[in-house]
Amino acid sequence: MTNTLNPNLLLVVPLAPLVAAMIAGLFCRVIPRKVAHWITIIGVAVSCGISLHVAGEIFLHDKPVFNGTVYQWLVSDGIGMQVGFLIDRLTALMMCVVTFVSLCVHVYTIGYMADDDGYNRFFSYISLFTFSMLMLVMSNNFMQLFFGWEAVGVVSYLLIGFWYKRPTAIFANLKAFLVNRVGDFGFVLGIAAIVYYSGSLDYADVLNADVASKIAGQTFTLPGTDGVNAMTFICICLFIGAMGKSAQVPLHVWLPDSMEGPTPISALIHAATMVTAGIFMVARMSPLFEFSEYALNFVLFIGATTALFMGFLGIINNDIKRVVAYSTLSQLGYMTVALGVSGYAFGIFHLMTHAFFKALLFLAAGSVIIGMHHEQDMRKMGGLYKYMKVTAITCWIGALALVGTPFFSGFYSKDLLIDAVHLKAEHDPANWIAHYAYFCVFAGVFITAFYTFRMMFMTFHGKPRFDTAPAHDSHAAAGHDDHAHGHHGGPPHESPWVITLPLVALAFFSIVIGAWTVEPLLFEGGFGGSIFVSEAHNVLPELHEEFGNWWSFALHSLAHPVLYLVIAGFLAAYALYIKWPHLPDTIAAKLKPLVWVLENKYGFDALNERLIAPLARNLGKFFWIGGDRWIIDGIVVDGSARTIGVIARFVRRVQNGFLYNYAFWMVIGLATMLGWFLARTLK
Amino acid sequence: MIQLNWLLVLSGVLFAISVAGMFINRKNLILLLMCVELLLLAVNFNFVAFSRDLADINGQIFVFFVLTVAAAESAIGLAILVVLFRERRSINVEDLSTLKG
Amino acid sequence: MLVEVLFWVFASILVIAALAMITVRNPVHAAMLLVLCFFTSASIWLLLEAEFLAVVLILVYVGAVMVLFLFVVMMLDINIEEVRSSVTRYALAGGIVAGVVVFEIVAVVWTNSLGTEVAGRVAAHPADYSNTAELGKVLYTQYVYPFELAAVVLLIAIVAAISLTMRRRTGLKQQNISRQVAVRREDRVRIIKMPAEGGSKTAEAPASEKAP
Repeated sequence: MTNTLNPNLLLVVPLAPLVAAMIAGLFCRVIPRKVAHWITIIGVAVSCGISLHVAGEIFLHDKPVFNGTVYQWLVSDGIGMQVGFLIDRLTALMMCVVTFVSLCVHVYTIGYMADDDGYNRFFSYISLFTFSMLMLVMSNNFMQLFFGWEAVGVVSYLLIGFWYKRPTAIFANLKAFLVNRVGDFGFVLGIAAIVYYSGSLDYADVLNADVASKIAGQTFTLPGTDGVNAMTFICICLFIGAMGKSAQVPLHVWLPDSMEGPTPISALIHAATMVTAGIFMVARMSPLFEFSEYALNFVLFIGATTALFMGFLGIINNDIKRVVAYSTLSQLGYMTVALGVSGYAFGIFHLMTHAFFKALLFLAAGSVIIGMHHEQDMRKMGGLYKYMKVTAITCWIGALALVGTPFFSGFYSKDLLIDAVHLKAEHDPANWIAHYAYFCVFAGVFITAFYTFRMMFMTFHGKPRFDTAPAHDSHAAAGHDDHAHGHHGGPPHESPWVITLPLVALAFFSIVIGAWTVEPLLFEGGFGGSIFVSEAHNVLPELHEEFGNWWSFALHSLAHPVLYLVIAGFLAAYALYIKWPHLPDTIAAKLKPLVWVLENKYGFDALNERLIAPLARNLGKFFWIGGDRWIIDGIVVDGSARTIGVIARFVRRVQNGFLYNYAFWMVIGLATMLGWFLARTLK
Repeated sequence: MIQLNWLLVLSGVLFAISVAGMFINRKNLILLLMCVELLLLAVNFNFVAFSRDLADINGQIFVFFVLTVAAAESAIGLAILVVLFRERRSINVEDLSTLKG
Repeated sequence: MLVEVLFWVFASILVIAALAMITVRNPVHAAMLLVLCFFTSASIWLLLEAEFLAVVLILVYVGAVMVLFLFVVMMLDINIEEVRSSVTRYALAGGIVAGVVVFEIVAVVWTNSLGTEVAGRVAAHPADYSNTAELGKVLYTQYVYPFELAAVVLLIAIVAAISLTMRRRTGLKQQNISRQVAVRREDRVRIIKMPAEGGSKTAEAPASEKAP
């Protein structure tokens, strides 16, 4: 057994899904369905197995970090661009999460997309996504990171618009891509600044404390300002990229719309993996962020805002998928908050637990949707518990994990997160952002509990409403699948085993993964060298003292106000949706303006659609008509031709065919020459 | 003694007169050809003057050849004129502008 | 002394005749005036002891070229009214240009003071000086090739003039010798087979091929 990880083994991890995706994709018209799904599942399963093995090696057997180049693409001006892997604890963890969730989704898709024409294409896409995400997390340089970043964006675009004949789907996927693009713009600026200051794209050259402190000492001259600290500039630019990918306010607008895609990809991409790429990236860049207070505060503020305000939007939404989407947005805000208080480990830990229970919630929602014959409006559900027991139970497990019930995985990650923020606010009383963040994450617990339990009660309990037509017509928020034939007849049924098996697997992990890994991951050795936290910011040692072990922490929570917020949320949801179901409408009628603001999603969509997008389009049109057509075509191209024509028409008059004029000019020329010679000699 | 510069001035004056004649006359092609003859005469004057001044017989030889060529040229020029007149029924120079650019 | 006076007289007649030539309306008058120009310049050349050229000038130029001009002028049915010389229109421009040219030539000639040096330069010729003999001595020895070429040039002039102006009379039957010679058998003879025209059985129709 060699002391380092085998690079060939590592190479198989991203390549297996890629090969499977290519086969399923290029031959999607000729191969039968069984082949498509078996090949991709085998590819991802192989990846998963190797990832678990690698994680075991790194965490349990303490293998050294693997940092190597697989393929040198080019060297330009001293900057090398290569394909390389950096496998440390952070990467190993991400690899496991990505491949495991991807495997669950692959199996789930067999059942979900059973009657869809694009079956093979879908499998190809999700395998391709797995490859892209793996390249992103395994990379050891910024170029590959960016490649993976863009690739997941592209595949997300393809998948959101999977049912490409639907105009809403096309609108959504374009929106996702364009908003991502805005984030990518900042990201590229950040990478360029890194290259400018450090002269290299490799993590090894950039992500260490010495280089980072040197960069932090320099000032970047931003035009129009006195100059901004270089590290702050870099970190904020990088974080803008993370904002786009991880859907933080204001670049969050694409995530709810992305629910136009089939549910499996909502689970895979928009809950567990792609949206967490931003969180992962910031954690990876922790040596850089630690050197910029401003950037950290900025991250904190954005995260806190997202955490709280996106939760509010989950309260009034009636589409089951969109509620879970807003929940994702809110939880991403939580992770960002963790990053902002330099609790990178907490953020990644919450990322992992969230991946499991959020994927579970999405897949359960998908199961409900299938069971309800593609009905997504929760107002038409209710009382599904007795028809879909497995789905309901696994969904409850996911919900409990999400709200932070003691012993469930979400409890550990969330409560530790809240405690970390609290500690930060205590250490830094002058920092109003820290206090604001604490308030947001604290209040967010109630909101999370409320909308989660609301969803559960409306869907699985209470009076069945699926036989009655709803009072008002379909909301803009409730999207219908392509296959909706408008029939609500037939009782809902439990989904086949290919769907419920992944639910059970994910439910199992939603319960145990938290308690299982909290100590080794956070407190004992933790992430090792992958994450760097400066002494001043480090809240981990203090928390460790408070923590004790997983059992005591769970019991300790009884004395913590957070648990009571959860219970309050439970009671509120029970009251409004089971006991007195007519109450929500009355309350909404009383609070009309508030409801209006929430229904319009704080006006972000209106801002984008009415102001920013037309602005961009008009700018483009201006450049097209003004710049391209008028200046380039009119003045430069046609204009030069026309000028030549004008000059030619003028000069042409000299050649009038009139011999006399020619002779005349000849003699005049002769006289002039003579005169000139004369003048010269006479001088 | 006939001075050289008188002869040269005379030849220059003849040259200038013929050039002026070419410009002034716009209507008559024959007059154009006659001005050419005058031009050549002026040139011949020059040659003869210098031949006498430098006591070099070669100047007069050259006059000989200029005479020959002038005769040939006027013959061909008149032939063209005749053909032109057959086609156009006019010897107005201003009508000859089909080489317009 | 006499020589100079004669020179001035002839020179002034020459210039006046030239000026008149370009301003008269009638082309026949213009041709006659040009003849006068040639005569006076021949006289001046005689004064300059270039008698061969003077005589050749009269013979060739006046005798051949000007006669040709007169032939053409009188042959072409020119409408005199149309051929009004439009002197006034371009007189100014032409006059100015001509004046400039004269001025420049005079400036060149006079300022270099060629006049004063020349007085002593010209050597008098001996009594039996024959200009013609001198010319002949050089012409047939040194300038033989140019002489032959001049003959060729004249030949070309003849051929060109004829080929330009030759008109073919239409409606006249003429022989084209080259076409007659280039004729082929197929163009003239065609053999066809015909049945005999009734009549005697003994006589056979002479439908045999003729030997080529």
